[in-house]
Amino acid sequence: MEGKTIVCRCEDITLEEIEELIDLGYDDLEEIKRLTRCSMGPCQGRTCRNLLAQVVASKTGKSIDELHIPTYRPPAKNIKMTALAGGDEDEE
Amino acid sequence: MKNSAEIVIIGGGISGLATAYNLAARGMKDIIVVERGYIASGSTGRCGAGIRQQWGTEMNCRLSKASCEILENLEEILDYKRSIEFKQGGYLLFATTEKEVEQFKKNVALQNSLGINSKILSIEEALEIVPDMNTEGVMSFAFHQKDGHANPFQTTFAYAEAAKRLGVEIYTYTTVRGIEVKNDRIESVITDKGEIKTHRVLNAAGGFAKDIGRMVGVELPLKPERHEILVTEPVETILGPMLMSFSWNFYIQQEPNGTFIMGYGEQDNPESQGVNSSWHFAQEMARKAIRIYPPLSKVRVVRQWAGLYTMTPDSQPIYGSVPGLDGFYIAAGFSGHGFMFGPITGVLMAEYILGEEPEIPIDMLDAGRFERGELIYEPSVV
Ligand SMILES: Cc1cc2nc3c(=O)[nH]c(=O)nc-3n(C[C@H](O)[C@H](O)[C@H](O)COP(=O)(O)OP(=O)(O)OC[C@H]3O[C@@H](n4cnc5c(N)ncnc54)[C@H](O)[C@@H]3O)c2cc1C
Repeated sequence: MEGKTIVCRCEDITLEEIEELIDLGYDDLEEIKRLTRCSMGPCQGRTCRNLLAQVVASKTGKSIDELHIPTYRPPAKNIKMTALAGGDEDEE
Repeated sequence: MKNSAEIVIIGGGISGLATAYNLAARGMKDIIVVERGYIASGSTGRCGAGIRQQWGTEMNCRLSKASCEILENLEEILDYKRSIEFKQGGYLLFATTEKEVEQFKKNVALQNSLGINSKILSIEEALEIVPDMNTEGVMSFAFHQKDGHANPFQTTFAYAEAAKRLGVEIYTYTTVRGIEVKNDRIESVITDKGEIKTHRVLNAAGGFAKDIGRMVGVELPLKPERHEILVTEPVETILGPMLMSFSWNFYIQQEPNGTFIMGYGEQDNPESQGVNSSWHFAQEMARKAIRIYPPLSKVRVVRQWAGLYTMTPDSQPIYGSVPGLDGFYIAAGFSGHGFMFGPITGVLMAEYILGEEPEIPIDMLDAGRFERGELIYEPSVV
């Protein structure tokens, strides 16, 4: 991935991929997120959500306020199945 | 926004967009799709992404087989540059009671007679496909290799992009507030962004199709229900087929990107249009998942959400129109399996709306069947 700018580290999404979608006419954050999986990985967009919003805003000429910012979905933190099931909560 | 159209399609989910594309591909002009949120923001974008042909009624077998065949070629048909992440890792259905064993034998015989090559597997045979699962309490399995998965967003956007190229207008973040009817004929659709004159409306509003029906005085026997689901982090590919049980009530599938998606349906769900998620679901789901497929115990859950099933009294969709109201069409009530039906819904509804003979006869799926008492019960739903 030399010379590429990574926007979402969990899902390995580059700036170019996002710009390509915007060039295709996509200007909605929710749609771009779901088509690329940007911010849908294990960190749930903690770092890239804002970055994605900035990229979309600057490239489409919309203000951040005009964008529909996706909501966070639970759980707030990744959790192992065993812990959820009530088994032993190991390292976390 | 245009102020007139040949047809206004309410709902930018798989049903609405597949129909929009198929109408445009058959030459209809001036098609408008109105979507309250973003594309696939309704049930479609919240679903389990499962595709199966192992059904218990001839109608469902025919619909799902035709739909699956479209999915096999969808990227070419729609000239889609990205992948719809179609996977045919099979569906492995657990029979845990004598009754289910017998039902599956019947289902498989029916499916085979319709060209669906499903089969009954013994415990040993099933373990060859999924060595790590827990088969305690299972009596036999039904399996069909061509069942599997497709990405609901990619699939819906594939239709949306192809429809747009053919001139279809899609208005997102636009809500339908009312429909004008005069002398039993549709006159216009009122949205929060303006009025669109039209004599045809397709109600493809998913969990809100009942509300759309009421706008024209039609009471559809639909019951929206909230269903929950969760997804894990991606891990290496270890599970081929979808694991599913009706009696134990769960489904678990590993998606092509390595994440596991899973859910179950609460018994006696109340009518609801809410989509919040619950801790109870996550806990119960984790317990079921670990018991059935122990390798999942160390895998982390990253996200959970809920969406709507739109149930009909016989768990079969409503396709068609209503007598006495010109130009009002319905494709709703998919009862938890409308994503996989989407591609064929689009074809059949387009043919129906254009007055052609649908390639699979759908008159028995009209809204009038409930009054006539001609229900078609599907025995195999989660
Ligand atoms: C948890 C869960 C798991 C599921 N698993 C599967 C599965 O594995 N396989 C499968 O095939 N199916 C599955 N389903 C069912 C499937 O999601 C639905 O049957 C299917 O998505 C229905 O598609 P649709 O286009 O008819 O409706 P929707 O996708 O709901 O689209 C309707 C659209 O209409 C819009 N709308 C509503 N009212 C208005 C209005 N007034 N104005 C403008 N727009 C409006 C909504 O915003 C919505 O986007 C599942 C569903 C859930 C909830």
